[in-house]
Amino acid sequence: MTTLLVFPDPPPPLLAQTLDLAGFAWKAVGNAAVAAATEPSEGWGGAVICADDDPECAFSVCRTLRRPDARLDGVLLLLTGTQLAALEHREDLFDDFCLSPFHPKELEARLRHLQFRTGRVANPEVAAYAELILNFETYQAMIGDRPLDLTYMEYELLKFFVTHPGKVFTREQLLSRVWGYEYYGGARTVDVHVRRLRAKLGEEQAGLIQTVRSVGYRFGQTRWNGATSPASAAGG
Amino acid sequence: MDRQAEYVLRTVEERGVRFVRLWFTDVLGKLKSFSITPAELELALEEGMTFDGSAIEGYTRVQEADMLARPDAATFEILPWRGNDAPVARMFCDITHFDGTPFAGDPRHVLRRNLERARERGFTFFVSPEMEYFYFRSETDPTPLDNGGFFDLTTQDIASELRKQTIITLEAMGIPTEYSFHENGPSQHEIDLRYTDALSMADNVMTFRLVVKEVARLHGVHATFMPKPIEGAFGSGMHTHLSLFEGDTNAFHDASNEYGLSKTGQAFIAGILHHAREIAAVTNQWVNSYKRLVVGYEAPVYVCWARNNRSALVRLPPAKQGHQGDATRLEFRAPDPACNPYLAFSVMLAAGMRGIEQNYALPPEALNNIYEMSGEEREAAGIGSLPSSLREATDAMASSELVRDALGEHVFEYFLRNKRAEWDEYSVQVTPWEIREFLADL
Repeated sequence: MTTLLVFPDPPPPLLAQTLDLAGFAWKAVGNAAVAAATEPSEGWGGAVICADDDPECAFSVCRTLRRPDARLDGVLLLLTGTQLAALEHREDLFDDFCLSPFHPKELEARLRHLQFRTGRVANPEVAAYAELILNFETYQAMIGDRPLDLTYMEYELLKFFVTHPGKVFTREQLLSRVWGYEYYGGARTVDVHVRRLRAKLGEEQAGLIQTVRSVGYRFGQTRWNGATSPASAAGG
Repeated sequence: MDRQAEYVLRTVEERGVRFVRLWFTDVLGKLKSFSITPAELELALEEGMTFDGSAIEGYTRVQEADMLARPDAATFEILPWRGNDAPVARMFCDITHFDGTPFAGDPRHVLRRNLERARERGFTFFVSPEMEYFYFRSETDPTPLDNGGFFDLTTQDIASELRKQTIITLEAMGIPTEYSFHENGPSQHEIDLRYTDALSMADNVMTFRLVVKEVARLHGVHATFMPKPIEGAFGSGMHTHLSLFEGDTNAFHDASNEYGLSKTGQAFIAGILHHAREIAAVTNQWVNSYKRLVVGYEAPVYVCWARNNRSALVRLPPAKQGHQGDATRLEFRAPDPACNPYLAFSVMLAAGMRGIEQNYALPPEALNNIYEMSGEEREAAGIGSLPSSLREATDAMASSELVRDALGEHVFEYFLRNKRAEWDEYSVQVTPWEIREFLADL
């Protein structure tokens, strides 16, 4: 999970508590220079900027985060009702705002929505593709109303496919990303499990996992031939 | 607790599984099972379940009777024929002593040990068996379903419906099938299982036999893996396709060889041929097994290999165009489907590996129909025979250091004792044939 940038340092206690309770990882910074210096290698996972105490410094942090060559998405601004006029001509510095004093649930909801919109959903609980639904929390997979009874490795492989639709993976990539270690038995292990998964998906859905000759496997359709819906294309 | 175990616990809860069956196998290949409730599952996964091993064929002496059955979470499957109302699941178990050391009499452990040895040399062992079996009216009435002479079409439909249901059930349990068809014998069927690693395949064969019998039972008929149930008809074999992989490379394949066979592949076949007589008691373990291994029914009798000769003991099937590299394999035609698959795969692997280790030379391919050769011709060609009875087979096994080593002392001694007792019991039988032939005239 990526880290949220939080300004100022230390943040107001209620903000820190709200972020902790909601399960966000975060790091407080005191100014733009520190923000740049402490940026994690994978980048910030969004930002919560309190403008009610020191608006000038807050907006300067925002400007650093939103510089055109490395613009951070998912910036939430916290400010008091009397500061609303200050937003004029600063629309480019944030993605959403929340009035202070804030309601913790509102702040959390706005942050989650921002995370969703910027594709940073850290722990999605469900993934779906056509009629297939996987619940990561309960480890269950369904096709329509029909539960799929999978072994653990079959489930992990299907989960990887469903979360990476349309992309071709070699057997070696699947082995290292799904099995996660140098699994003895090599790439044939992948073939065996794909064949088992197809068997359990049943005839109608077996085509969801396609063999890409002399490359590997692809789940579902590629991004670029969306003309046919995955469900109808899967019949083959 | 590892994630596999967590997955099992969560699935049991989510799917409302009422019982979990713990499966294991006795030395003769019979499936054993006891059920636990979900409440006991976590403990079972962490510590194993205690059971009395002295009740199991070939397990322990009474003084060391208590053993642990430790479920292998990777084998967790819901049994599809039990319905969705009160689902029942199963896991295969490894059997250990209380201190956690593997129990030497557990066939699954025997296979694991042999696979580990091959693995130390860099090999993974893949197996694909062709399972043959018969449907009969009942356990006591070996009347074929589709040879009754009346309503042929209807009864054949029942058999193909049974086979279809069986395949659907197998696929739902993650056991993919390749071909299925009506075999030569009346009411005889064949389902080929797609290759997988040998341990999973041995588990699959155990599951397969249960699924075939369960589906048959649900339709009021009896399925049997007895090797030769009908005198004068084809018997049921378990032709087994074998291959070794080194990483992603088929170790049997060499495009430059005239048979497409590498040195490793040649030596492996030579090992199987050289030790075929010694391992027969394991691959063909019943008195009845040797009624199948006779001339005239496409069953192997003579120890030789060939490419397209169906009378050979080892066949080198042609690989499909474009698949030669991956698909190079040998087909060992001796085993029958009533074997213990863990032990049978163990001795096949051990025989082949011995060929590799000691660099056995591959004898020339048998090009003629061996059945038509005279005894002298076969002898001149260096072609020996498989044992013609369980007695011969146990004698060959008794002096085999290879089989002793592959099975381990415990299983080897028990197996030999049990099989010799079976022969002794059989040899004092006065058979219907003897009554027919001798009672009136002598």
